[in-house]
Amino acid sequence: MASSEPKLVCRGVWKIFGAGGRSLAGPSAARLTSAELRAAGAVGAVRDVNIEVREGEIFVIMGLSGSGKSTLVRCLSRLIEPTSGDILFNGENLLAASEARMIEIRRHQMGMVFQHFALLPHLTVLANVAFPLEIQGIERAAREERARRMIDLVGLSGRENAFPRELSGGQQQRVGIARSLAAEPELWFLDEPFSALDPLIRREMQDEFLRLQSVLKKTIVFITHDFDEAIRLADRIAIMKDGEIVQAGTPEDLVLNPATPYVAEFTRSVARAKVVKVAALMRPLNGTLPPTSIRASAPVAEAAPLFSQGAETLAALDGAGTPVGLIDRAAVVDVMMRG
Amino acid sequence: MGASFPVLQPVSEPIPENPAARGAARARWPWPLALALFVLFWQFGEDFAKSAFSYPRAFEIPAARWIGRATKWLVDEASFGLFTFTDLTRFLAEIIDVPYRVALGLLSSGLLSGQGSSAVQHLPPLSWLAVLAIVALIGHHAGGARLAALVTACFGFLVIFGQWTSAMVTLASIVVAVPIGVVAGLLLGLAAWRWSFFERVLVPVLDLMQTIPVFAYLVPVLVFFGFGPTAAIVATLIYALPPMARVTILAMRSVPAEIRDLGNMVGCSRRQMTWKVMVPSAKDSLMVGVNQVIMLSLNMVIIASMIGAGGLGFDVLAALRRLDIGAGLEAGLAIVALAVALDRLSQAYAEKAGRPAAGLPASGGLVSRHPYLLAALAIVVATFLAGLAVPALQSFPESWQVSTGTFWSEVVRWINVNFFDTLEAIRNVILLNILVPLKRLLGDLPWAGVVALLALSGYRLGGLRLAALVGALSFLIAATGQWEKAMITVYLCGISVVFACLIGVPLGILAAERERLWRWLQLVIDTLQTLPSFVYLMPVVMLFRVGDFTAMIAVVAYAVVPAIRYTVLGLQRVDPRVVEAGRAMGCTQRQILAKIKLKLALPEILLGLNQTIMFALSMLVITALVGTRDLGQEVYIALTKADTGRGLVAGLSIAFIAIIADRLISAGANRIRERVS
Repeated sequence: MASSEPKLVCRGVWKIFGAGGRSLAGPSAARLTSAELRAAGAVGAVRDVNIEVREGEIFVIMGLSGSGKSTLVRCLSRLIEPTSGDILFNGENLLAASEARMIEIRRHQMGMVFQHFALLPHLTVLANVAFPLEIQGIERAAREERARRMIDLVGLSGRENAFPRELSGGQQQRVGIARSLAAEPELWFLDEPFSALDPLIRREMQDEFLRLQSVLKKTIVFITHDFDEAIRLADRIAIMKDGEIVQAGTPEDLVLNPATPYVAEFTRSVARAKVVKVAALMRPLNGTLPPTSIRASAPVAEAAPLFSQGAETLAALDGAGTPVGLIDRAAVVDVMMRG
Repeated sequence: MGASFPVLQPVSEPIPENPAARGAARARWPWPLALALFVLFWQFGEDFAKSAFSYPRAFEIPAARWIGRATKWLVDEASFGLFTFTDLTRFLAEIIDVPYRVALGLLSSGLLSGQGSSAVQHLPPLSWLAVLAIVALIGHHAGGARLAALVTACFGFLVIFGQWTSAMVTLASIVVAVPIGVVAGLLLGLAAWRWSFFERVLVPVLDLMQTIPVFAYLVPVLVFFGFGPTAAIVATLIYALPPMARVTILAMRSVPAEIRDLGNMVGCSRRQMTWKVMVPSAKDSLMVGVNQVIMLSLNMVIIASMIGAGGLGFDVLAALRRLDIGAGLEAGLAIVALAVALDRLSQAYAEKAGRPAAGLPASGGLVSRHPYLLAALAIVVATFLAGLAVPALQSFPESWQVSTGTFWSEVVRWINVNFFDTLEAIRNVILLNILVPLKRLLGDLPWAGVVALLALSGYRLGGLRLAALVGALSFLIAATGQWEKAMITVYLCGISVVFACLIGVPLGILAAERERLWRWLQLVIDTLQTLPSFVYLMPVVMLFRVGDFTAMIAVVAYAVVPAIRYTVLGLQRVDPRVVEAGRAMGCTQRQILAKIKLKLALPEILLGLNQTIMFALSMLVITALVGTRDLGQEVYIALTKADTGRGLVAGLSIAFIAIIADRLISAGANRIRERVS
């Protein structure tokens, strides 16, 4: 699970498109509404964003289209130059880095997956995956060897010599994922990676993504417009609206304590039982230990079927299997009934 | 056929909303008033405003002399410090000359040592059999057996009809011009994509390169590079390169933003970004540009032969000069055969670039890795040995050749003998009743009045900026002393365009509804477009002798194509739901056509008119060869005298006429389109 080491810190980042952006950005503009910005001839795509991404966690930035999430992720990788603010990656301020240093960082420490895959049409699957290594000047045999391993990792072995347009959307995105991992980055950006896929394939790819992450343990910034996807994948979620972060926290936080009506709008339709963890409902141990048990980190929905055998109370266990608390049928039913 | 022509790109600048122009449009009075004033001035003004009728000589801008002096200075004195301008042109000539000599050696002259008539041939050129076989191989590589058969047939035509020697000379210059044009266009386009200030400079230059008639820049090219194949290739490059640069800019722009982000994310340097990400991703669109360069180079074959290209173009030109229609037609068709073969080959390669390759095995022996290359080498060696043994395999014997030349000459002679009176009557009626009066009328108009009327139309159609542009350009024509000749150009062009539209629009309307007719018509107009424009001239000259009427017929035959094509396209693009609605309301076929289809198709048809004018102007320059007295003739005379100033000024005047017509009509079309949609 996530350690508390911050890998990527984003402090007071602004991106204002249009004339006079630089003079508008900054703490003084924090109070300006987007209407006022527009009146000044500018569009505030990212407004005073402060986030911390910890090492090894999946940090999801969720927002509807036009909320500035794609601009934000491009600011984080400096594909777009932010108007003001600091972006610290491993403590180094990216906005102060030279172009050569940025190229160095992107080559070795960052990877990105794109919404529409961005595969190079003239290259085979193998050559596409090996492309970042080719750019680094790694010789053919070595880079192809590593690319084959990545293709194997995403389950596309046997399609090495196919061309992108011969693959289905899901397969193409597997290539995109393999390519972004080829350089073994520490920080992994995924910009709406599954949005262009059919719902069934999307589900499959999400599972695949979680499986990969359990092996790789990268630090991940994941962009999506799909709140269910965010809930499924995230360790922590930041919700964006009009360029601002409205609320950031664990899925459980958001569902149980939405900060604004806007956030509540998203969380309303989410089944709480799938988000709320057993740990949130448990009461202290009182000496007797019921025979049936469940992990404290599991969602409540997984506890529900265990009560069907007539048990009134379950034991909650931590990662090492030690009991840490008790959970009652009534508490679970209460969460389930509230939807 | 992917052929393309020396025409102005339709300019579709959005016309800015102009409240003043709107207001003027609402008030109906300006046109009748302006016209009345114009007529009054024209009839009675000559006595008190003489200079408005013929531009006063004292105020003429001596642009021709300035340009002439500047050229002389460039050639004789200009220096960039380390090297002179002449050194630069010599250097450029050398770059072109070396590959040209290699290509010519391979295809035509063989390996020579020594100069001129004392040259000794060490190795013969590739024999006709070898070239045929290699072309077939390339065809097979690009598009399989069918394409191989087609291109072999095209080249076979060259062999059988005795065009081989000339065709290989032409092919040699194409083979050199196309790669240089593609690379230079690509680099210019990339530079414009990368630096926006460069684009701002480049695009107007490209516009001008495409509007000035080719003849006009033949003169400076001739002065700077001398008479010969090198100068011809330079002129071809100037003509064929702009579309490649344009296509490159467009192609770079249309690469998805994500692909560019990808390039940055994997840490590409600028060079890697351009050559490993952008250019390969845009390969499909870039191949369209390559095709354009090939077709435009072939379009230039005849004109380039005026400054020493030799080959097929020279054959056509020579045939035209001695009015040998058969020889001219055959050489012209040989150019078409070359064009068809090269066009299909380049299109097949473009398609192949877009398709994933079947993937030759990367490993394995030399033979399995390079089957085509090795086969070609084997063919070269085998045919060389065979050519030593059997000379007929080296150069195709004359006794096997076929010629239809005499047949065509006979046909024309027969028509002349039997229909001379009828043809002469037609010619005289049109000449005396339409051409001559119109010519006189336009010649009489006061230039100041015409400039004012043009500016007024510019204002009504597109606001002040258009008015200023149109007014300034037409004033410059008068101020450089070109007015009289320009009016002859306008009259010839105008009357031809009217006839072309009178024939083309009704034909288009007919064809738009009839699938089969349209298919046949397409075949005809494709052929008309691919035939080198000079080929039109010959039969017309033989039937009607030289003069304005002949020029008009040739121009109409050439310019009718866009009139037909745009009419059909416009009508076919009309939303079928609107037509259905019309039918539901009980419209008759005629009402549907007149009240719905033609109204909605009007902007397209206007664009067709625009293209018709551009086609007419470009053909008009060529008809200078049959003795018109317009700006084209001026350019042609300048060419024979190598007078840069005179040629450029007249050429620019033609370009100005083209720009004025283009901007006015585009503005009008935009206006109508705004109202319709």
